[in-house]
Amino acid sequence: MGKLLLKDREIAIPGEKLAEGMDYLPAGGTFREGEGIYASQLGLISVSGRLVKLIPLNGKYFPKKGDMIIGKIVDMGFSGWRVDFGWAFEANLSMRDATSEFVEKRADLSQYYDFGDIIAAQITHVSGSKIIDLSMRGPGLRKLQGGKLIDVTPSKVPRIIGKQGSMISMIKEKTGCNLLIGQNGVIWVSGDRDNEVLATKAILKIEKESHLDGLTDKIKELLEKK
Amino acid sequence: MNKNYIVSLLEKDIRDGRKLDEFREIEVETGVSKNAEGSARVKIGDTEVIAGIKMDVGTPFADSPDSGVLMVGVELLPLSSPDFETGPPGKDAVELARIVDRGIRESNMIDMKKLCIKKGELVWMVFIDIYTINDDGNLIDASALASLVALKSAVFPKLDGDKVKFGEFTKNRLPLTRLPVTCTLYKIKDKIIIDPNLDEQKAVDARLTVAISEDGNLNAMQKGGLMGLDIETIDLMIKMAGNQIKNLRKYIK
Amino acid sequence: MKYTKRLDGRKFDESREMSAKVGIIKRADGSAMFCIGKTKAIAAVYGPRQLFPGFLQNPEKGLLRCYYDMTSFSVTERKRPGPNRRSVEIGMVTENALNPVVDLSKFPNTVVDIFIEIIQADAGTRCAGICAAAMALADAGVPMKDLICSISVGKVGDKIVLDLNKDEEDFEGGSTDIPVAIMARTKEITLLQLDGDIKREELIEALKVAQKGCDKIYEIQRKALKDQYEGVKDE
Repeated sequence: MGKLLLKDREIAIPGEKLAEGMDYLPAGGTFREGEGIYASQLGLISVSGRLVKLIPLNGKYFPKKGDMIIGKIVDMGFSGWRVDFGWAFEANLSMRDATSEFVEKRADLSQYYDFGDIIAAQITHVSGSKIIDLSMRGPGLRKLQGGKLIDVTPSKVPRIIGKQGSMISMIKEKTGCNLLIGQNGVIWVSGDRDNEVLATKAILKIEKESHLDGLTDKIKELLEKK
Repeated sequence: MNKNYIVSLLEKDIRDGRKLDEFREIEVETGVSKNAEGSARVKIGDTEVIAGIKMDVGTPFADSPDSGVLMVGVELLPLSSPDFETGPPGKDAVELARIVDRGIRESNMIDMKKLCIKKGELVWMVFIDIYTINDDGNLIDASALASLVALKSAVFPKLDGDKVKFGEFTKNRLPLTRLPVTCTLYKIKDKIIIDPNLDEQKAVDARLTVAISEDGNLNAMQKGGLMGLDIETIDLMIKMAGNQIKNLRKYIK
Repeated sequence: MKYTKRLDGRKFDESREMSAKVGIIKRADGSAMFCIGKTKAIAAVYGPRQLFPGFLQNPEKGLLRCYYDMTSFSVTERKRPGPNRRSVEIGMVTENALNPVVDLSKFPNTVVDIFIEIIQADAGTRCAGICAAAMALADAGVPMKDLICSISVGKVGDKIVLDLNKDEEDFEGGSTDIPVAIMARTKEITLLQLDGDIKREELIEALKVAQKGCDKIYEIQRKALKDQYEGVKDE
């Protein structure tokens, strides 16, 4: 006993009724009111079995423990740094979590990371929306040199990564660029100039058309056209 | 990182697909606000501004009793950028307003004497208000162009004795003597570009705004930014502005 | 005084022509434009973002903050740029109109700023602003349980009418102006103001007319939000 009112991969607006009856269950981006399931954001409907989920088409990145993000050092204190990663609040990177090396107590922090440095870090702790702790002790976490940064809508990141990383692997392979995708929608691209431009084009195209079908083929075509 | 990236691209004369002396796509539309005596919307790339002209009558300034009154204002609306705050115009808004004002006033673009109705008692007052809608760099040129186009399309409201009948328009255009067009040249390290987008604008070291009339004469200039400019550079920038302005003229209907 | 035929020929429960567009301001997190008759409003949403001053921060949920402004040239007699008491009040009632549907519980200590700008005014400006703001909030990905539609109703002469234009607001035979905002799904009323002279029964009738009138607005808003993503062509 239940009825889906909108199809899978259809776009829903906030408050739009998605399903009726207790057969379906509300998952992320949806809520139940009475016998109905409604969308809570502008997004794409995704139905799997009895779960009705909504993939937002837009929205700010909300920090989540375990996520890898790319951010910028914007402040330094005695015991650590403050990092801007596109959220309403800056994250903390303490001396202790900054590097696998041993950092002396009165060390000059700017030797490690200076104002304006771009880093790939992992979120270790989130409290409320104000306190976000980072760590750079881990594989692949480091200061990023050279290359360029692209900003994309955070909710499109999974599409840019692709199923089991298939999309990002294809871009890396066809452009020879180094690519790092932060869950916060910041992407680092590094390679020779022409390939950086091509990779950027591909990524922005995925962002724009993430809700359309046949994207993988279109991107493949774009990358091979050169 | 991005300033270095911009600089390294410019060193190879690469931008977002444009040449160093190329404008982004320009869109000009007049009559976008029907209660205004004149209005224009200008889009340069993703940068968008709206300029509106309102007119009224009033007493002239004591030191120019037979001259109309011109006031130019700019609102850097917080809706157009996360970097703009609410509140009265700050120094950036004021500078922009004064740059636009200079191009119009000092060139005598509007024949202010023809705005006199009764010497010492009643003159026309022209208010130009520019509102930013989206800031993606080069608000100066967008604002100046929007003002120019709005002024050219503006008509006098109906006058009943010494009172304006608001909402009722005549077909009479403003008395314009010339059309000074504005173009700003921007210097990043040792490269000179025009029409920077937002990222490029953040990397700018110095800028020179120039307003030139149809006869090629300079009517207004303003230098901005923290870096100094030598005479050769200034001369080159003015020549570049002259070329660009010839192209920009075709957007003025 | 009798009002037998509307000044612009519309039916008494007919709204003016409407149009909407979403995503018009690239730098904003969400944006939209809403036009009804000759009234044009644009709205931009920024947030959730950091809230200054700190004492305004709410540790339980984010704050919704609305600013309403009219361009100097949006009206027939020039309006001095900058806020005045009217715009401050409209900002506040707009906040109150949108708050009931917005869910900022996941974003404590932050603010969602809404900026409304009226480009051209022919009555119904605060309503048009709310319609634009609702779309801009959706465009920004702010969680909401419903969409808000807003329109004016009123009594012009002896008739209850939907969507008054300026001439009707200034009608010599008497005019009562009632801006209303409604939750699209439940039809609950989140904005209600009135100025004029009207009986209780007439007001209730007017509110029902407003609720019905909002159906059309909802369709326009929904289409504008979805149209952004339909038919993206290959470049």
